[in-house]
Amino acid sequence: MTEQATPVIVVEGLTARYDDRSILENVSFRVFQGERFIILGGSGCGKSTLLKHLIGLYRPYSGHILVNGIDIATHDEENLVKARMNIGVLFQNDALFGSMALYENVALPLREYTDLSEGIIEQIVRMKLELVRLGGYENHFPSELSGGMRKRAGIARAMALDPQMLFLDEPWAGLDPITAAELDILVRSINTGIGATMVIVTQELASIFAVGQRVIMLDKEARGIIAEGDPVVLRKESADPRVVNFFNRRTA
Amino acid sequence: MMKSEKRKDYTLEIRGPEGGDILLVITGRIVLSNLHQVTDDLRTIPAEVAPSSLTVDLTGLDYLDSSGALALLHLKHEAEARSVPFEFIGMNSRVKGIMDLLHTVTVGAASAAPERKPAGLIEQVGEAGMKVAQDFVTLMSFTGALVTTLLYSAAHPRSVRWDDVLRNMKQVGVDGFPIVTLISVLLGLIMAFMSSLQLKQFGANIYVASLVSIAMVKELGPIMTAILVAGRSGSAFAAEIGTMVVNDEVNALVTMGFDPLRFLVVPKIIAAVVVVPLLTLYADAFAILGSLVVGVLGLDLTVYTYMQQIRITIDNYDVMTGFIKSLFFAFLVGGIGCHRGFQVRGGPESVGKATTSAVVSAIFLIILADSIFAIVLHYLERK
Ligand SMILES: Nc1ncnc2c1ncn2[C@@H]1O[C@H](COP(=O)(O)OP(=O)(O)OP(=O)(O)O)[C@@H](O)[C@H]1O
Ligand SMILES: [Mg+2]
Repeated sequence: MTEQATPVIVVEGLTARYDDRSILENVSFRVFQGERFIILGGSGCGKSTLLKHLIGLYRPYSGHILVNGIDIATHDEENLVKARMNIGVLFQNDALFGSMALYENVALPLREYTDLSEGIIEQIVRMKLELVRLGGYENHFPSELSGGMRKRAGIARAMALDPQMLFLDEPWAGLDPITAAELDILVRSINTGIGATMVIVTQELASIFAVGQRVIMLDKEARGIIAEGDPVVLRKESADPRVVNFFNRRTA
Repeated sequence: MMKSEKRKDYTLEIRGPEGGDILLVITGRIVLSNLHQVTDDLRTIPAEVAPSSLTVDLTGLDYLDSSGALALLHLKHEAEARSVPFEFIGMNSRVKGIMDLLHTVTVGAASAAPERKPAGLIEQVGEAGMKVAQDFVTLMSFTGALVTTLLYSAAHPRSVRWDDVLRNMKQVGVDGFPIVTLISVLLGLIMAFMSSLQLKQFGANIYVASLVSIAMVKELGPIMTAILVAGRSGSAFAAEIGTMVVNDEVNALVTMGFDPLRFLVVPKIIAAVVVVPLLTLYADAFAILGSLVVGVLGLDLTVYTYMQQIRITIDNYDVMTGFIKSLFFAFLVGGIGCHRGFQVRGGPESVGKATTSAVVSAIFLIILADSIFAIVLHYLERK
């Protein structure tokens, strides 16, 4: 990981709150160019909250988040739009547009940001859907798909513009082991293929080891990071019972 | 003391002196279906018998479900709260299994849910006031943002999603035709009929035409159409946007760099502002048609005289003010519908609240705006 020395996401002293309820306190970490970075932790510990801060949907209560050197809490709309064009997001509840067929869902950002002809757009959309094994479902509406298929369609849409950064919230949820393993390979190949930095929220142990290069583990009580590093090393060497329990699927 | 109670499927037997060491023997089944009885029986024991120690013998217990186990644990807690030594004996493995299961959950300990303390009266009034004030502020800033976005769209017509405009025009207009037709014809009929009863006495039959056409074109047409559109489309706007908020779809739009106002709201507002005035004229016409039926059939007027009377009564100015009013109403109905949609927080249940609120607020705003129009027009006309 020597050539990954450039940080693309820098989080410093982030405190995240909903009204006056504090979810994260004074969280700092970095994500480096091209790495597969995993955020894990128990249910309700604030992983999705952190992710939504990283993509600038919520403003930090205090602290800074720099994405590609741009302060994501900036009020400069132009900069913000520029920053956002380079990221693709899969939300935890897929967030496909229910009033549009799959094809339209994936084509939407392409139509907005490129001058490509409809013929080329069609080829790109089909290719993306094929990548996530959804070829042939172009004209299905999200409500006509299974949960796992919607997740994959969400990934296809997130990849529409070949973003430099992909944020995936629980991409493996609701997938059978075989499809999940296929997704592992897909995520790795997207990462190496288009060189996208990946920030992935997940709980799926098998996929954490198959995909993750570096993880941070959040904890609800600690309201912050309790472990950081290579998942394999963490599993072997961490002395923190919360980390040990997580990696060994044990309860406290 | 011996006290034995026979019930259908369980027995409680209290052995031992009152105030002394008590052995409670429970046999039979304790399940959800007889739980009510069991809790009644059990509750009295620690208080009335006032034992110095309580031992519960479960040897004869045939079956216990989780809610039954909960009742027994309650007994234990109650005894312990009175610092009475307490013990279960004779638990077989099944019973022990289910009791242990319940030990893992701490029943009764209040969850550390977000604090929602019951507010006092003054606090509630204050909170309600704050809410209204806050609502007003957010509504104003929404209106401001909406107007700037609309101006931007006017300057950049290519940025508007015209296919979505068409879809919304169909939703607001075409799909709304049947109900608008029905209501306006009926309204015309009723107004003509009721007023004719009065006017006939003075031999002023012909003024039915004036009355209906003035009332309809100047007031009722715009208001009635706007209220119908609020019910049909304002609520639909709120529901559509609210669902998208809940589903993170609006967040997805934002991260893709789309402005939700431009993407979702502008097409709806344009559609409403274009369609509602037309719908209003259409409603005016059909109400007059309804009243014409009464005039011709009930009052022996000819179609020609009836229409002539209307032409004398109504001038372009009246039609124009009605038209402009309905433009404003359309903006209000569409705007408040979308705004309520964006205000949705949390889960699907708040989408329901948002749709209701969209309709109620829209009707309120329509009436308010109409009153303002009445005053302003009054002063304009005097000049
Ligand atoms: N919009 C919101 N308003 C208020 N509180 C929220 C909101 N969203 C999340 N929370 C609270 O923030 C905490 C963290 O939520 P978050 O969704 O980030 O958890 P998570 O780690 O993603 O959990 P999961 O693994 O179950 O998805 C939760 O306790 C939740 O109650
Ligand atoms: Mg989550």
